[in-house]
Amino acid sequence: MPDEILNTGLMFLQQLINGMSLGSIYALIALGYTMVYGIVKLINFAHGDVMMIGAYTAYFILLALGTTVPGMALAFVAAMVVCGLLSIAIERFAYRPLRNAPRLNSLITAIAVELILENGMRVLPFVGPDPRQFPTIEIKNFMFGSVSVSNIQLVVIISSAVLMLLLNYTVNYTKTGKAMQAVSFDLQASSLMGISVNRTIAFTFAIGSVLAGAGGILYATAYPQIDPLMGYMPGLKAFIAAVLGGIGSIPGAMLGGIILGIAETLTKGFLSSQFADAISFSILIIILLVKPTGIFGEKIRVKV
Amino acid sequence: MKNKILRNMLIPGLCAVAAVGIPAILINFSIIDAYTAQILTLAGINSIMALSVNIICGITGQLSLGQAGFMAIGAYSTVLLSTNASLPLPVSIIVAGAITAVFGFIIGFPTLKLEGDYLAIVTLGFGEIIRVLLVNFKGWTGGPNGKQFPTILTLNPAVAYLAIIGVLALLVILVQNFIRSTYGRAIIAVREDEIAANSSGIGVFRYKMIGFVIASFVAGVGGALYAPFIGFIKPDMASFTRSIDYLIYVVLGGMGSTTGSILASFVLTSLQEFLRFLQNYRLLFYPVILILVMQFRPQGLLGTKEFSFVKTWDGIPGFIDRVMHAGKKPDSSNTREEKNA
Amino acid sequence: MPDKKPLILQASDISIVFGGLRAVSDFSCELHENELVGLIGPNGAGKTTVFNMLSGIYTPTEGQISFWDRNGKICNINRKNPAQLNKIGIARTFQNIRLFGQMTVSDNVRVAIHSRRTVTPLDVVFRTPRFRRDETIMTEQVEELLSLFRIIGKKDELAKNLPYGEQRKLEIVRAIAANPTLLLLDEPAAGMNPQETVELMNLIAFIREKFHLTILLIEHDMRLVMGICERIIVLDYGKIIAEGNPADIRSNPQVIKAYLGQEALNA
Repeated sequence: MPDEILNTGLMFLQQLINGMSLGSIYALIALGYTMVYGIVKLINFAHGDVMMIGAYTAYFILLALGTTVPGMALAFVAAMVVCGLLSIAIERFAYRPLRNAPRLNSLITAIAVELILENGMRVLPFVGPDPRQFPTIEIKNFMFGSVSVSNIQLVVIISSAVLMLLLNYTVNYTKTGKAMQAVSFDLQASSLMGISVNRTIAFTFAIGSVLAGAGGILYATAYPQIDPLMGYMPGLKAFIAAVLGGIGSIPGAMLGGIILGIAETLTKGFLSSQFADAISFSILIIILLVKPTGIFGEKIRVKV
Repeated sequence: MKNKILRNMLIPGLCAVAAVGIPAILINFSIIDAYTAQILTLAGINSIMALSVNIICGITGQLSLGQAGFMAIGAYSTVLLSTNASLPLPVSIIVAGAITAVFGFIIGFPTLKLEGDYLAIVTLGFGEIIRVLLVNFKGWTGGPNGKQFPTILTLNPAVAYLAIIGVLALLVILVQNFIRSTYGRAIIAVREDEIAANSSGIGVFRYKMIGFVIASFVAGVGGALYAPFIGFIKPDMASFTRSIDYLIYVVLGGMGSTTGSILASFVLTSLQEFLRFLQNYRLLFYPVILILVMQFRPQGLLGTKEFSFVKTWDGIPGFIDRVMHAGKKPDSSNTREEKNA
Repeated sequence: MPDKKPLILQASDISIVFGGLRAVSDFSCELHENELVGLIGPNGAGKTTVFNMLSGIYTPTEGQISFWDRNGKICNINRKNPAQLNKIGIARTFQNIRLFGQMTVSDNVRVAIHSRRTVTPLDVVFRTPRFRRDETIMTEQVEELLSLFRIIGKKDELAKNLPYGEQRKLEIVRAIAANPTLLLLDEPAAGMNPQETVELMNLIAFIREKFHLTILLIEHDMRLVMGICERIIVLDYGKIIAEGNPADIRSNPQVIKAYLGQEALNA
């Protein structure tokens, strides 16, 4: 009997570690959703596919340079830059013209952009719809008692943490970050205060996508098969994570991502992997019924 | 006055009968081939789904991204009722519609209290949950491969067309009757301004629910007809992608316009076939068009207006007149002389 | 015999707190049948918040609001929502006009009559004779009102296409269509020029008489307030600072200090 409890406990800890790793990736992507929603009230459906673009960018670079340290560093940087620039372009040409239009129009445009990214990649001759093997580093497992942590998981958790700390610093201690907060709060007042609203919004999109790009590489490193539709599910789950934490709240996105990742791995470990997706959606439904504003969200009062 | 009412009913009524009956006869005698018949009938199904999306998104103003989930409930219900409960097909279809309406009520009840964006998210999640459930309850649903369901509708294109386009016409008439009434006005008022509607005596939640339940009923009927027509059911039919397809028809046709949604469904369904030569680039066609429409003509084809059969009929003499006198100059001087003479 | 007309509405020490902010404190007032009362105060004083409590959009955190319906029965309306209040006799207009833009003028008014319908959904879907009768009655009622207010000519125009002044008028017509006993007007003269304001004053006097309404209005335009209100309540920082007839209010030092200024003294 005590053995079984010990085993279950160990398995629980193991899944916790796995969940933290997966959850960090969800958190990175969720941050993009939450920041964009916070600033322009748009659910950017295309965000999950930015992560896919990041993975593919890294793929091609690693293919050329191999999984050497400079190669991987370049892949990281290149993916983040490409994703950042891509989303600045998307914001400029697809979303900005619709900023004063009914919200439904932007939502539909976001869906269209998502479809273009996914199907565009499928059609591109050098990409194609078939899955590809992502070049990975050799897996080494570190044992802490009976719980194992792989080097990849360590990389994921540590890089995510570093990126989130950098984000936290940017948002709270730099001028641009404070501008982001101001614009989220009141767009018109901010522009009257001399803040360049267009640039701030573009910056927000860019930062979110840089993180998503990083998330894409980390995801591809952990689950080395990539295909043009790889961003759909993780994107959806990251979105649920953002809603769980309180859409518009940065700490919320981080916490929501971790919670969702752990919930998913625990389900996979103790129930069945088929129900993992259903659990994520159920969490969504539950949070929306119980506390729609999420863990850290605030109720917005409509002025009559 | 009574004659006008009769006329207003007769003109569209006759058009409906013609649209349902004539092609059915032509299909029966192979004047229209089976392939075209299938496209037209499929367009009919898509129109029913577009009608459902139009009711909840266009008329009631609530963004629901999960109508495909209701379609799946209707489809699977029909199959289960027909095979396991051995009900005759028409009965299963009606009961399936009712079952879907009940689901609509249950799902709408907690979620319609949420603000707009959240409703979109929940309905999106709902569609996917339905899909996952359908995949996992293999005993009932046949799992990821679904179930076969060949019926007379699968085999006989004329019967399929008649049944589906006939139901479409009926639904359009009933739905339009509902919209052009005090109930419809109440629902549209909720869409236009919730607070003003509430302050004018309209229970906002109640009328959102009414719109939602009607939309889910229509989607259920759409699914209930789709299953026997296509001959099989699969969990994929509940997915987000399908919901988006139907949303696209409504957006392009005009969010809030019944005739617009149906027109767009027919055009886009037919286009899909003609675009086969584009192969994979076809998948880029929809979203690019969508973005262009959102940028340059967001109200879609008809906006919230409806195509009027009566006005078109009344306009025919004038149209013929203009065509006949196309080459001649306007004869104003003559008429003045005639008057003075 | 009481010399005051019967009570229509009584608010007793109502307050409302949003987060940490006490937006309105201890607001009390009595409205008698057919009175025309003004509610004034500087911007942010809480006037619309009071309206929102009286019309069911907010629930007061303290205090009680009582309303006497058409049958003279008293009810506590603290927790009632706007639709319920509309049915028992309270109608309102809004600071920023809230019309149903995509609906025609006559449909905007028809919506307000919806609660008096005699049809069921089945009647409507199958177009029974009862449906046609109901529609005819509704059309008659709507057109009667539209003629009375002289906008019958535009009955098929979309509400969003009307000029500003007529939109304001339509909002009032829509409120009246619900057959209220108490009408709350939120800044009806906002954005109007002096000529339009005079017309509005006449309109308000007219509807008060014709429909035997009790009217409570919020306004910034002192000409209008001093011109037609019998009694004025002054709000500042969520509290009542003065109450009385126009002459008293005009010369009340508290009020002048709060916001009236020179213009009103000369009005």
